[in-house]
Amino acid sequence: MTAASPPEVLRAPLVVEFPFTRSLGPVQSAFLTGLREGVVLGVRTSAGQVMVPPVEYDPATAEELRELVEVAPTGTVTTWAWNGEPRPQQPLATPFAWALVRLDGADTALLHALDAPGPEAVRTGMRVRVRWAAERTGAITDIACFEPEQEAEEGERQGGAVPHDGVFDEPVTGIVAEARLDYTYSPGRAQTAYINALSERRTVGERCPSCHKVYVPPRGACPTCGVATTDRVEVGPAGTVTTFCIVNIKAKNLDIEVPYVYAHIALDGAGLALHGRIGGIPYDQVRMGLRVEPVWTDGGRYPDHYRPTGEPDADYDAYKELI
Amino acid sequence: MPRQSRHARDVAVVAFAQSDHLRRSDELSEVEMVMPVLHQVLAATGLKTGEIGFTCSGSSDYLAGRAFSFTMTLDGVGAWPPISESHVEMDGAWALYEAWVKIQTGEADTALVYAYGKSSPGSVRDVLTRQLDPYYLAPLWPDSVALAALQARALIDAGETDEPALAAIGARSRAAAAGNPHAQLRGAVPQGGYQVAPLRTGDCPPIGDGAAAVILAAGDTARRLCERPAWITGIDHRIEAHGLGLRDLTDSPSTRTAAEHAGLFDAPVDTAELHAPFSSQEVVLRKALGLGEDVTVNPSGGALAANPVMAAGLIRIGEAAARIQRRESDRAVAHATSGPCLQQNLVAVLEGDRA
Ligand SMILES: [Zn+2]
Repeated sequence: MTAASPPEVLRAPLVVEFPFTRSLGPVQSAFLTGLREGVVLGVRTSAGQVMVPPVEYDPATAEELRELVEVAPTGTVTTWAWNGEPRPQQPLATPFAWALVRLDGADTALLHALDAPGPEAVRTGMRVRVRWAAERTGAITDIACFEPEQEAEEGERQGGAVPHDGVFDEPVTGIVAEARLDYTYSPGRAQTAYINALSERRTVGERCPSCHKVYVPPRGACPTCGVATTDRVEVGPAGTVTTFCIVNIKAKNLDIEVPYVYAHIALDGAGLALHGRIGGIPYDQVRMGLRVEPVWTDGGRYPDHYRPTGEPDADYDAYKELI
Repeated sequence: MPRQSRHARDVAVVAFAQSDHLRRSDELSEVEMVMPVLHQVLAATGLKTGEIGFTCSGSSDYLAGRAFSFTMTLDGVGAWPPISESHVEMDGAWALYEAWVKIQTGEADTALVYAYGKSSPGSVRDVLTRQLDPYYLAPLWPDSVALAALQARALIDAGETDEPALAAIGARSRAAAAGNPHAQLRGAVPQGGYQVAPLRTGDCPPIGDGAAAVILAAGDTARRLCERPAWITGIDHRIEAHGLGLRDLTDSPSTRTAAEHAGLFDAPVDTAELHAPFSSQEVVLRKALGLGEDVTVNPSGGALAANPVMAAGLIRIGEAAARIQRRESDRAVAHATSGPCLQQNLVAVLEGDRA
C-alpha cells in the first residue's frame, strides 16, 4: 500500500459530434422550404400579430397557429451586438454584427448575422435586407446574412404581410442538426493513477478508509460510504471468474470469433469485479470460480483478454460476496 | 415577529457549502470536486448520508461532454444502499425546488441538494449554444456573450443604462467579492476590451469550475439542525417564450411573476442575491424585482465574481441563506436563471426568525 502521490494529470482530446435528425411540422416546413425558394414566411396570430420566424403555437395564448403570410426580405434592426472575433461555426468568418431584425410586415424579430464594415456602420433602426446563400437547402443558413439596404432600393420597401398558402414543390420535411463540440478530457486523480499503472501492466485500485473495500478501477470515492478513496493498492494480476456470459452475436468491427466468453473477474485483492474477455479455453468450459490471469498484447493499453492460470478453481465462498 | 408562509410545511436552508471556484481543476474528477462540499454540509448539520430523506442534483452532460455524467458524482453521496435520489439537467436551484416540493409533500423531512459544473474541459460559450432552438438559432451558433450583448444594447437604446454604469456593476461585484474567499475574481479587475460590443470583459462572468451543496430541512428538524434556519417562505419559477425576437429583452416578466408568487412584494427585503452572469442582466433584474438602493445586492460578488455553470444559481440561494444564518439579513431574495437572456427565472424568499 502506498499513499497517493501528487497527480500527473492525463489529458486527451475528446470530440463529441451529434447529428440530430429532426422532423418539421407544417409551419417550420413551410418556413424553411420558403427560404430555399427565396421567400420569407411568417405566421399570423388571431390577434393579427405576424411572427417571423414563425412559431406553431401562440406564446401568449397557446393557440395553434397555421395562417401563413409572406413578408419582405427587408427590415429594421431592433437590437444588435458587434462580434469582433467570430467563433468557428458562426455564419461569417469576418467581424460582423449579430442583429435582431424585424422584417417589413412582421411584428417580431429574427436573429441572424449582419455583414457590415464595422460597428460604426451599424445602429438600431437601420434598414437591412436578406443576402441569400448561393446554395440553399431549406435551413436557416439559407439566409447567408443580412446586409445594409442600399438607398437606391428604398422604393422597394414593402409594408405589409400578404397571405401565402405555404405550398411548395418538394417541401423540406426535416433537418439534420449537426453539431460538434471539442473538449480536453482529464480523468482526475484516481483514474489517472489507474491508467498510468496500466501502462506498466499493473492494476491499481483504491481502498476506502471507512469500509476497506478496494475499488478497481477507482473513481476517487466509495459509493457506499461517500468518502474519498486515497490509499492506492495493487491488485491481481490473477483473479477469479465470478460470473460470465457466452456472446453469440458478432459485433461490428470486432475481430473476435463467436462464440466467446465475457466475464466478471475479481482480481486478487479487489473489492469488486471488473469485466473482460476469457480466452485460451473453449467457451463451453468457462465456469464460475475459474482462476485467470491477464494477457497483454504488444502496445496494448489494457489486457487484451484473460486466460486460465491452471490453478484449482476458487471456492465459491471465496468470491460469493463479489458476484 | 412571526413569519408568514404560504405553504403546508415550513422548510429552511440549514447548511450551505461551496468549493473555491477556479479557472481549471484538471486534477479533480467531478466527484472529487463535489465530495468536499458534501462533507461540509453534512458536518455542519451532523447528519449522515443515510439520514438524508431525499437527494437531488443539478449539472449538465454538455459541460462534461459525457452522457449521464451525474451518475459518477453519486459515488460522493454514499448511494449504497439505495437512496431516494433525482437529478435535473439544470442549475442546482431547480434541484432545490424539486427537493422543496418533495418535503412539502411530506415524503421527506430533509434533503441534500448539490450542483456542479466544470466549464474548463470545453468552450462554454459554444457549449451553451446547444440549448438554443435547433431550427432557427442553434445552426448559427450565437454564443452566450453575443446574446447577452444584444440584451445590453437594447437596454442602452432604451436609456436604462450605459457602458460606464455597466462597468460600475462589474466593479462593485468584484469589490464585494474581496470578502468572499471562494470567488474566482476578487477586487479590482480591468474592464478590458469588447468581448461582443457593448459588453466588455468586465461585464462578463469568469469561466470556471465549481460546486455547491445545500441541506434543506422541515419544521422542528430545521430548528434542531441550525441555530437560525433560513426559512424559504416562498419559491417559484417561470419561463418566457423561446424565441428571443418575441421578447422585450429590456424586461423580465417571468422574474416578476415568480417574485409575486414567492411573496417577495409582501414585505421589504434587505438583501438580494441575483444570478446575473452579465452586468446588463442585473439592470433587468433590479427593475423586475423592484429593488431600491437600500437593498444590498450580491454582497458575495455574485456571478460576475464566480459563475460555475449549473451551480451559480444554487449558490445565490446558499449565500442568501448563509447571510440570514449569520444574522446579517432578516429577509432576503435569491434569484437563479437559466437559458439565454434570462429566459427562465427562479425566485426564492428567505427569512430568519426574529426575536
Ligand atoms: Zn467505503
